[in-house]
Amino acid sequence: MNLTHVVWLVVALPLAGFLVNGGLALWRPRAKSAVSVVGAGVLLAAFAVAAAIFLELLAQPPAAPVIVRLWSWLPVDRLQVDLAFQVDQLSIVMVLVVTGVGSLIHLFSVGYMREDPGYARYFAYLNLFVVFMLVLVLGSSFPVMFIGWEGVGLCSYLLIGFWFSDKVNADAGKKAFIMNRIGDCGFLVAMFFLWRAFGTLDFTAVTARAGEVLTPGGAIVTAITLFLFLGCTGKSAQIPLYTWLPDAMAGPTPVSALIHAATMVTAGVYLVARTNVLFAMAPVSSLVVAGIGALTALFAATIGLRQYDIKKVLAYSTVSQLGYMFLGVGTGAYASGIFHLATHSFFKALLFLGSGSVIHAMHQAYHATHSHEDAQDMRNMGGLKQYMPVTFWLMLIATLAIAGIPPFAGFFSKDEILAAAFARGADSPLYYLYYAMGVVAALLTAFYMARLMAMTFLGPNRTGEQERAHLHDAPWIMTGPLVVLGVLSAVGGALNLPRLVGGHAALERWLEPVMEPARQFSHLIMPEGSTEYLLVGAAVAIGVLGLWLGFRSTLGQRIPTAHDAPPDTGLALVLNRKYYVDELYDALVVRPVEWLSRVVLWRGVDQGVVDGAAVNGAAVVSRLLGGSLRLLQTGQVGVYVVLFLVGAIWILRAVIR
Amino acid sequence: MIQFLFYLFAFAAVLGAVMCILSRNAVVSAIWLMGTMFSLAVIFFLLGAELIGILQILVYVGAILVVFLFVIMLLNLTHAASDLRGPVSLGTTIVVIGLLLLELAALWRYTPRRLAADIAQSPMLADPSTLFAAGELSRQDAAARGVVGALAAPLFQTYLVPFEITSILLLAAIVGAVVLAKRRI
Amino acid sequence: MPDTTFLGPALGLSAILFSLGAAGVLLRRNAIVLFMCIEIMLNAVNLAFVALAQLHGQSGYILVLFVMTVAAAEAAVGLAIILAIYRHKQSVDLQNINLLQG
Repeated sequence: MNLTHVVWLVVALPLAGFLVNGGLALWRPRAKSAVSVVGAGVLLAAFAVAAAIFLELLAQPPAAPVIVRLWSWLPVDRLQVDLAFQVDQLSIVMVLVVTGVGSLIHLFSVGYMREDPGYARYFAYLNLFVVFMLVLVLGSSFPVMFIGWEGVGLCSYLLIGFWFSDKVNADAGKKAFIMNRIGDCGFLVAMFFLWRAFGTLDFTAVTARAGEVLTPGGAIVTAITLFLFLGCTGKSAQIPLYTWLPDAMAGPTPVSALIHAATMVTAGVYLVARTNVLFAMAPVSSLVVAGIGALTALFAATIGLRQYDIKKVLAYSTVSQLGYMFLGVGTGAYASGIFHLATHSFFKALLFLGSGSVIHAMHQAYHATHSHEDAQDMRNMGGLKQYMPVTFWLMLIATLAIAGIPPFAGFFSKDEILAAAFARGADSPLYYLYYAMGVVAALLTAFYMARLMAMTFLGPNRTGEQERAHLHDAPWIMTGPLVVLGVLSAVGGALNLPRLVGGHAALERWLEPVMEPARQFSHLIMPEGSTEYLLVGAAVAIGVLGLWLGFRSTLGQRIPTAHDAPPDTGLALVLNRKYYVDELYDALVVRPVEWLSRVVLWRGVDQGVVDGAAVNGAAVVSRLLGGSLRLLQTGQVGVYVVLFLVGAIWILRAVIR
Repeated sequence: MIQFLFYLFAFAAVLGAVMCILSRNAVVSAIWLMGTMFSLAVIFFLLGAELIGILQILVYVGAILVVFLFVIMLLNLTHAASDLRGPVSLGTTIVVIGLLLLELAALWRYTPRRLAADIAQSPMLADPSTLFAAGELSRQDAAARGVVGALAAPLFQTYLVPFEITSILLLAAIVGAVVLAKRRI
Repeated sequence: MPDTTFLGPALGLSAILFSLGAAGVLLRRNAIVLFMCIEIMLNAVNLAFVALAQLHGQSGYILVLFVMTVAAAEAAVGLAIILAIYRHKQSVDLQNINLLQG
């Protein structure tokens, strides 16, 4: 049975879930059991189908991507776009990540969102999100991918602003959507360029003909790739369009885990990997991609050092790790970027869900004592290890993974990216700088993660006497998925064990047919032998050093509760206020646009020109015209006779001449 | 002799018209109008249209003007306040009438002899004496059957339909005049 | 070619009379005198028709006949209207009759 051809089922199942849950949300919002079963069930079913397809592909790897055409979508003269799905090695990996991690997060949400009145609506949106994300990764052409691209942006807006009755949340949703739109313009412009050059927008066609249509290193391919990357900076929260991601923490924590850690924000990395041949042909763009990736990694890591909200630390950590992924694909190590994407989804989802469990417990504690303290502020936590041991140990695994400690998953993926950057330095020395930035960022990553763990779980408890009695581990529906993610974070490295330690580089070899076209234009020679050992050693050392410094400095000082904490000063204040980037954007972009809209467009154009000149003006002109013509009707015979005679003379003139 | 008469009565007609439009008294205006019409009747005679001349006297002077006088007497409009319009109207009149005269003066050039000469010069037609044959025919007809007889044939043959319609028009006019002028319908 | 000695002068006289009649219509306020000036114009037209009938045959005379008839009908109806107006406004001054003023 050829399961590949029912890949549409993977998309149809969550879509059915959305429709059912949506209907329940409208008419039976209290049927929570039904929603739970449908919501999580469709995801698990989709994962099962995806796994079956994967096994089929594993048994017989396809020579070329399998295109499953559903129907003809845009048959417009020279542009023929079908709604079709492309099943190849890359897309099946992404589908597995999305449905797999997605299923776990859905299960977690069943417990986390139990008390929420909008339960059915939540699962409807979550299912819809999965639908769009799958369309994004399975799309066989740029427009189909764009449907998914836009759709996940929409669902992100809906889910960030889930508790929209609080204006802050609604604003965060708007911010995310609008900043994504700016990036989407870049995506569209790139599509226009591609259409102009290729006459088609299918991935297979573009990949096959890239070499003949475009000149390597030329202006067109550089323009295309840079505009595509603009879209990526919006969707994947890189400089300069990253500021929406920390604000997006206003949404429920499982949403942060799914959308802003594991799946949506990785869409940009997937795009670069999918169009690897184009990026390989444009070394300038690759340089830009890697550079922005490295810069973002470092920049976000510094901000994370001084955040007190546990979710904000993780948000900046996500931005930073995405920077790593772009560093990876920017240097040409596309498979490594995807590898880090996969491992990051494991441990970051675990971190977010774990923090969700912590916040859940803190909320219950504060709710029981009717306190109004901030449940997400780490200064109010501390010593939670004794109350929530399972959560602690699992998050510790994730912390070790993200810090890059072997044998946990993050070590292998991060190490590969850094090694690739170092290797690319031989071609152009700027990459050595990127490597250095990546190393520093790794150090800072380990540091702030250790700080997070120390402030939350270790040391004395700052929550309060009465609240302590209510702190406990989350129920098994929530802790179960955490365990699965913990296992994956621990052993995920097996996906792509390097030959150095006797592995087979399984993922890299699996993805090779997809990354092959890029190799013609840009070949990356990974370091071997002693250089390789040196780099690996350095990476491990940095990770250990960072962790040690983090634990020591955090546990060494007495931490005040959020209530009593003195305000930050100096560099700490700058970091805490995120380098005032939001204020900068507000002054440079938001205010001028708002001024333009209000003064020029509203008062000037709408009120003045459209209302005044056009609408009222037309009326005034009519009235004047009518008024002046009216004066002819004097009612006096004398006037009429004059007019009569004048007319008669005129006619006479015409006749006589 | 005839020429002298023509110009004499032409002058009389113009004089009558001028005095008609300038008199203050409505009855005096009507009398001057009568003078104009008589002069025109004589001119008709001189032009060889005797029947029309007689009809002019009978119908215009004898019927229409009498009705005018009746109405003037009925409305008792003999008071002599000036009812010429103001200077603006005078100015407009001068302009408009001036234009009219200019236009009509342009017709002065088109005397038949000249028209005939023009046509003769065009290569299509040859003999100017064969033009305006209808007038010659009518003159012969009038000579043969008398003025009234010459008019009878076209009136009751070619122009029969308009003749009948005119009779209906007269009926409508009579009824209309009676209805409009009654005090109570 | 028929005798056309008086054609030119007759047409000229017709033009002059017509203009005089038009001037009278423009200048007088009294409705009945206005009517009389219109009669002058009609007479001028009759004269033109008669003058040209010498060239173009009897149809000129026929038209004159019709013009006279219609002038008579028109005079009757017009005077009846003036009578009706006089009953309402006690005056035939056209300056004051402007009910159709827009």
